[in-house]
Amino acid sequence: MTPAQPLVELRDITKRFGDVEVLHHVSFQLFAGEVHALVGENGAGKSTLVKILAGVYAPDSGSILLDGEPVILHNPSQAQRLGFAVIHQQPSLFPDLDVAENIYMGRQPLGRFGRVDWGLMYRETNALLQRLDAHFDARTPVRSLSIADQQLIEIAKALSMETRLLVMDEPTAALSAREVEDLFAIVRQLRAQGVAILFISHRFEEIFDIADRVTVLRDGAHILTKPVGELTQAETVSAMVGREMSALFPKQEAAIGSVILEVRGLTRAGEFRDVSFQVRQGEILGFAGLVGAGRTEVARAVFGITQPEAGTILLGGQEVHFSSPTEAMRHRIAYVPEDRYQHGLVREFPIVSNVTLPIWQSLSNWLGIIDQRRERAIATDYYNRLRIRATGIGQLAQSLSGGNQQKVVIAKWLATNPRVLILDEPTRGIDIGAKAEVHRLISQLATEGMAIIMISSELPEVLAMSDRILAMHEGRVTGEFNRNEADQERVMFAAMGQVTDGH
Amino acid sequence: MDTETTVNTHVTSKASSRGLARMVARVGQIRELGLLAVLGVVVAFVGVQEPRFLALSNIEQILQSIAIIAIVAVGETLVILSRNVDLSVGSIVGLSAFASADLLKGNPSLNLWLVFFFGCLLGAVLGAINGVLISYAGIPSIVVTLGTLNIYRGIDFAIAQGSQVNAYDVPESFLSIAANRILGIPLLIGVAAVIAIVASYLLRFSRQGRQVYAIGSNPDAAEIIGIRKARIVFSTFLLSGLLSGLAGVLWASRFALVDSHAASGLELLVIAAVVVGGVNINGGTGSILGAMLGTIILGTIQSGLEILRFSPFWLQAIYGAAILIAVTLDAVITRRVGRLLTERRLR
Amino acid sequence: MKIVRSALRRLDIWDILLVALLIAILVMGSIQTPYFLNATSFSLMFSNFSEKSIMILAMMLIIIVGEIDLSVASILGLSSAILGFLFAAGWPLWLAMLAALISGGLAGLFNGLLVTRVGLPSLVVTLGTLALFRGAAYIVLGDRGISNYPDAFTQFGYGTIPGTLIPWTFLVFAALTAIIALVLHGSWVGRQLYAIGNNREAARFAGIPVARIKLLLFVVSGLVAALAGIIFTARFSSSRADNAVGFELDVITVVLLGGVNIFGGRGTLLGVLLALCTVGALRSALGLADYPDQVQSIIVGILLIASTLGPNLVRRVQDAILRRRVAPEQTLLQRSTP
Repeated sequence: MTPAQPLVELRDITKRFGDVEVLHHVSFQLFAGEVHALVGENGAGKSTLVKILAGVYAPDSGSILLDGEPVILHNPSQAQRLGFAVIHQQPSLFPDLDVAENIYMGRQPLGRFGRVDWGLMYRETNALLQRLDAHFDARTPVRSLSIADQQLIEIAKALSMETRLLVMDEPTAALSAREVEDLFAIVRQLRAQGVAILFISHRFEEIFDIADRVTVLRDGAHILTKPVGELTQAETVSAMVGREMSALFPKQEAAIGSVILEVRGLTRAGEFRDVSFQVRQGEILGFAGLVGAGRTEVARAVFGITQPEAGTILLGGQEVHFSSPTEAMRHRIAYVPEDRYQHGLVREFPIVSNVTLPIWQSLSNWLGIIDQRRERAIATDYYNRLRIRATGIGQLAQSLSGGNQQKVVIAKWLATNPRVLILDEPTRGIDIGAKAEVHRLISQLATEGMAIIMISSELPEVLAMSDRILAMHEGRVTGEFNRNEADQERVMFAAMGQVTDGH
Repeated sequence: MDTETTVNTHVTSKASSRGLARMVARVGQIRELGLLAVLGVVVAFVGVQEPRFLALSNIEQILQSIAIIAIVAVGETLVILSRNVDLSVGSIVGLSAFASADLLKGNPSLNLWLVFFFGCLLGAVLGAINGVLISYAGIPSIVVTLGTLNIYRGIDFAIAQGSQVNAYDVPESFLSIAANRILGIPLLIGVAAVIAIVASYLLRFSRQGRQVYAIGSNPDAAEIIGIRKARIVFSTFLLSGLLSGLAGVLWASRFALVDSHAASGLELLVIAAVVVGGVNINGGTGSILGAMLGTIILGTIQSGLEILRFSPFWLQAIYGAAILIAVTLDAVITRRVGRLLTERRLR
Repeated sequence: MKIVRSALRRLDIWDILLVALLIAILVMGSIQTPYFLNATSFSLMFSNFSEKSIMILAMMLIIIVGEIDLSVASILGLSSAILGFLFAAGWPLWLAMLAALISGGLAGLFNGLLVTRVGLPSLVVTLGTLALFRGAAYIVLGDRGISNYPDAFTQFGYGTIPGTLIPWTFLVFAALTAIIALVLHGSWVGRQLYAIGNNREAARFAGIPVARIKLLLFVVSGLVAALAGIIFTARFSSSRADNAVGFELDVITVVLLGGVNIFGGRGTLLGVLLALCTVGALRSALGLADYPDQVQSIIVGILLIASTLGPNLVRRVQDAILRRRVAPEQTLLQRSTP
């Protein structure tokens, strides 16, 4: 199936920052018409490799061969000219400009006198969008598109460039299951056209679904490259972490008590409609659904960030109204947000101030002066309990790895001593080791009697962790399942909008 | 194939979202139409009470009085579109005005083209200093230009030493430039119009012009796709300085009397005009046409107040109110459209 | 001792440079003229900064939360005009002063509401109100000047505490400084200001009432500007609509010079006080040497740019040295996040 001559060959690529070697003599080959998965824990060197292929970094030694000829990538635009296209994790687009300009920025087709030929640009864009079955056109302002649609623009951009190697850096992190399927259809189409695709993902189902071969990196070194058929999930994981992983989702059984939080008929126009559910002491309630199904919006309304237009929230049987997060916190509700960079952390603050951020006031005397000794004691306690790995509680949050940052955010909310903990995508973008630790922690908190709502777009995670699962689709609850009756298919159906009782 | 099923699921939402997207795309044009409407209302309101206001000579006078601000506003628009701000334009205009008038005072026989060249060059150098500090030393533009606002004005004072250049110090031919007509159009208005048209064209039809919008809309993304952000931002400051330098020479020619206070505080007037014209202070959206309409609206309000014999003391307050009303309306409309969009998408 | 040590730890390179600069100015000044280093000239030096010094304190808080207030000088003018208008209309002075203060607070409230409720950028809002409030001052007072204020009032403006050379207005400044030192660097409120300036959304999600705090700060800024208006009126014994035109730029300059980040989240009271002393000493040293105000501005402008350029360059050098030690993931992270 694969031709003898590789399209791109990486030979002995070494990259170091200062004394630390991030990539250590990495070699592997990419063939035209293959989907090649690149996996490894965070810090294994994947991102550095992507940036080398994108022309952002130059390797310290080693070479990149294209069609057997060595090439040097000086900068991103030169890499693009050679046919190397990179789709980064977060689409980096221009919200104020239209779709066509986002695709052709910097290389707009020129007409006479070097003037930008808008007509041609719109025609070509519409042709590209048609190929991708997009439901928007070239003149649509990007600001009005969803994340999935924005990803489509990145792909259209790659298509417009005579791409020979397409690097996709966790393209599915922000996508729902249906959108992932759409994306994969396009990836298969590209593969059939002879494009080499380097696909980076943390999700094994996807890798085993789409990839032809898998390369594993660990600590900057190349561990293996094998056809996907010759590997099992367990083998891949142990290659990545260098040890056998026992269980990915270690859920402990917890005693489930009385109802703490109840939501009845919650509605907010344009976001969600008639949402009702209960969550009990010691229970983990999983929220399944596609991105944009309204789960985050419900969580925000429960936490007082937005206000519902109809419906009631009952806490321990008492009706409550929150006009701000401050009030929700007073009733001991905590919300770990989806986007930890934007909403969770103050990156310029040390761990200690991040952990105590919501409770500063209660740590202060009548003059408002913060008791720093108590502050440090509390932070140290969580630091140890959550096994945050850093040089100490004084380390700045911005210099922590993703997993440790997430632990700091969770610690911050635990410090408020909540009865109800809402976790929105608690393990997105963190590596396997950290993921398992977060799961262990969530499960432990449930056994301590906390009521937990866990929103997640990773179905296996929801299925493994939840006592009960609520599926949402386009702002409505479309199914509710007990732990023993839930399986991947039924939950997925509900999340796709099939109301389970009806069919 | 898989793709066929996805087509079906999308088909229903296709028509409505496309129409809506068009609507959003048109908000930009609506904004300029709105500005025209505002201008129409102001003109009609004043014109009904004082028909003299509508006389061609008066309209010409209004345009004459704002031409210099319009030239500076073109440069400021470029800068603001790229998510920066240039507070030093007033000082550059002032320094260029004094330096070129002073040059002519010392050498009355100097070719006038050379004087203009000198003013433009001086402005370009001052703008380039801003640009280097912002693009290559990485200092926020508001800090740099707040600093150079002080520095350039200070240099102006140091050169002037309290002196001034009077009308009789410079050749008559220099003073008559502003009053000259070409094809019946006063030169000052013509120059401003040509600059605005050229800048509009470049912003719309050159790659670099589009890159200005890209940088203003998302500076990080611009860098990722290989746009030379530093170079483009540097160019906007260079052009802003150059146009301010040109405006300075025109200022000297028009007002005949130049001291080191010339064009003090002009920067706020210019930024106000640009913002009233719908250019987003955070970059990425807006147009030269809008900025020009903003300038004209403010100029018309001023002239209208004068002709209606309003106390000049009301002028500033009305200016301020105009800025606030313009940006408030803009924000409210934008938010409405945005909300409409998300509601439709989920229906 | 502990306080001294923690203060020392807070000193960054720029603060140290400011101290060195201040010392250099004092030495040069005293070499040039023997009168430079005596108490009278210090007293005078402060007097010239009576209004700006307190406006600087309020501006610092506003910039730390990532906003800006360009309208402070106009509020100063408006409150001075209202004070003059009411006093001339026969109101008792204390009542006119109260009205002036309230007008300042309301002006700040207006700014704050437009920023927090309508969601407009403060740069644009206060650019608009810079014109609006100044215009209002002209509407109130026209080109009149009110100047027949009682002696006791003007004495407060330029006089000193009997038996000392300490200006009365210094007491106002000292009191405000003490309050702000406590609030900003000791209390939870100050921490919240920094949290807002660094990451507004994370602060809001953590239950910090961001909008209310910003609104409050704009009101404080308005009140302080009005207080400065009263001091200005007293010091020059005159209310005019064009009082203190252009002060806002000087005020912002000193705050930035003190190492406060224009985008919010960083900066200390100590740095700002050092910047205030440096600019004050510089202005009076150059003034004694007969350099006009605007020429002094050249140096202040250069300092302002240097205040950001210097640390930037130092950081680059540090980075080059540190790159040998910093973990790769760390550098990647810093690159990928704006």
